[in-house]
Amino acid sequence: MSRLTAMFALLQQKNRAALIPFITAGDPSLTATVPLMHALVESGADAIELGMPFSDPMADGPSIQRASERALGRGVKLRMVLEWVREFRHSNQQTPVILMGYLNPLEAMGMATFAELAAEVGVDGVIVVDLTPEEGREESALLKACGVDPIFLLAPTSGAARVQTVRELGSGFVYYVSLRGITGAAQSDWPEVLKRVGELRQALALPVAIGFGIRDAGTVARVAQGADAVVVGSALVEQLADCRDDQTAVQVAKIFIQGLADAVQKPRSIQ
Amino acid sequence: MDKYELPDAMGHYGPYGGRFVAETLIPALDELNQAYQEAQADPEFRAELHSELRQFVGRPNPLYHAERISRRLGGAQIYLKREDLNHTGAHKINNAVGQALLARRMGKKRIIAETGAGQHGVATATVATRYGMECLVYMGEEDIQRQSSNVFRMRLLGAQVAAVTSGTRTLKDALNEALRDWVTHVDNTFYVIGTVAGPHPYPAMVRDFHRVIGDEARAQCLELTGRLPDVCVACVGGGSNAIGLFYPFINDQSVRLIGVEAGGLGLSTGQHAAPLTSGRPGVLHGNRTYLMEDEDGQILPTHSISAGLDYPGVGPEHAYLKDIGRAEYVVATDQEALQAFHELCRTEGIIPALETAHALAHAFAIAPGMRSDQTIIVNLSGRGDKDIHTVAALEGIHL
Ligand SMILES: Cc1ncc(COP(=O)(O)O)c(C=O)c1O
Repeated sequence: MSRLTAMFALLQQKNRAALIPFITAGDPSLTATVPLMHALVESGADAIELGMPFSDPMADGPSIQRASERALGRGVKLRMVLEWVREFRHSNQQTPVILMGYLNPLEAMGMATFAELAAEVGVDGVIVVDLTPEEGREESALLKACGVDPIFLLAPTSGAARVQTVRELGSGFVYYVSLRGITGAAQSDWPEVLKRVGELRQALALPVAIGFGIRDAGTVARVAQGADAVVVGSALVEQLADCRDDQTAVQVAKIFIQGLADAVQKPRSIQ
Repeated sequence: MDKYELPDAMGHYGPYGGRFVAETLIPALDELNQAYQEAQADPEFRAELHSELRQFVGRPNPLYHAERISRRLGGAQIYLKREDLNHTGAHKINNAVGQALLARRMGKKRIIAETGAGQHGVATATVATRYGMECLVYMGEEDIQRQSSNVFRMRLLGAQVAAVTSGTRTLKDALNEALRDWVTHVDNTFYVIGTVAGPHPYPAMVRDFHRVIGDEARAQCLELTGRLPDVCVACVGGGSNAIGLFYPFINDQSVRLIGVEAGGLGLSTGQHAAPLTSGRPGVLHGNRTYLMEDEDGQILPTHSISAGLDYPGVGPEHAYLKDIGRAEYVVATDQEALQAFHELCRTEGIIPALETAHALAHAFAIAPGMRSDQTIIVNLSGRGDKDIHTVAALEGIHL
């Protein structure tokens, strides 16, 4: 059983949602990423989403854009990101790690090589923001063949036919983008989001994570009532941006995630 | 070659093109494609577009025989397709009018655009005003400084200009920012992309709105010379003026099609904007095409003296035409373009855009090696008024 499947099975028993923080690999420093990953787990993260920096992150808002720019400025490369996952796995074999990024750096490495390396270092799923299921059939197959889940996005604008395609090609879970917009923007119509996610959970036969626009414990608690996972990105990335050293970053991350972890503990009102 | 009919239904030109965008935009692209297909098939839409191009843009523009420079070069006859005489001074307005009419047909009240040199921004601001729509133009901070007169023109026309401060602060980042805006306001906003890049259907749609350049040039050339041209030359930034000229000639195998990229300080310096000549295939801004990228797949900063060519990608159809050998792609450096710029000013009394000067430089280079009964058509994509500050500064003159 994959780490993602095991995690969702366990949480299904507890009837609660997973908390998945997002950090950009290599920010706020090259040495911070692995300690940060451990700190996130220690303070209550159920899985980790690790951003692979790209020069042109067109779906990201200013916070994650700047984090990407800073990371690239420090010389972060895809191979380094994969090695950090390997290092994390030395002392953590349970927590799922999902990589999130854009297609071009993966293609520069070669999709087959990337899929093999990702599997080898212990990556569980990959989200490629600009790779839609239609264009990504071959890439999904390569990832699946290596035991890595290709995770697709669905949006408020996605119609029934697209939901069907994602059901066929995706695995692991589906990432529901809670708003029309980029990362870091604000969402206010949570009842509508939760209603849509409820429908998707029925239609997909895959767990559904909600991300984009979730910034605080109150929202996490609310979203956790209707989803299989809650992703928090920009709010954490912003806090880390200002940290002067790795120790501070680890402390800041711990405090931030502890503040959210309680919010997913309450059992869901729905199954 | 069989009759050329691309892209396919998914927007592919061989391995290039397609749709590589965030999921949120896919339904909007479907809606756009649908609306565009319907508009294309609607005689009323076509008649309105035709009328706007005549009455507002000033088409058809001449195919001008540049006799003095042809004589001086002592080879092929050079004909200039005078897109610089269009309203707003460049080819960009052909596409802006087309997309704005489509936006109106789709009931969108707000239009956004990205711009590099500012020509597309000015064209979009112009048509937005003409059709009574709100207009926001994204422009890199660096380009805002390089092309300040166009920024002022856009503001005079009532558009808002937003400075983009991310990444390299040039055209590619303006495109990223416009895509972010579109994702956020997808319900009420129409994104007028300014070149043959972006996700399907943009490359095909923008090409179709610009093919009027080649359609006119082909007929004018037959009328003036009694035969087809031997060579068509155009500069290539994203590739819209080039594809507009080339497309109607694609099935005319005897016509050489040559695209000229920005060689900047020289290919060996890395300071250029020539993805077709020196890049490799990758994915950026919604399509697969040739890109300037490093070995890790990060997009490289580009350099060109002309802001309109300063872009690390190129339309996917050019990538395909290169691979199948139907079109050739070469470079002209900043210096070569500047020289051609001055030469045209002094010989023909026409101040070309610095973008256009790249095409001129190549035409001037190959003309002497051709016979005097042969013909080169150069797409004179824009006028150079916007560039006089840049050229003056190079001569140490502050205007
Ligand atoms: C006059 C002129 N020519 C050419 C270009 C380059 O664009 P494209 O390659 O899409 O024609 C521009 C872009 O701003 C321009 O203003």
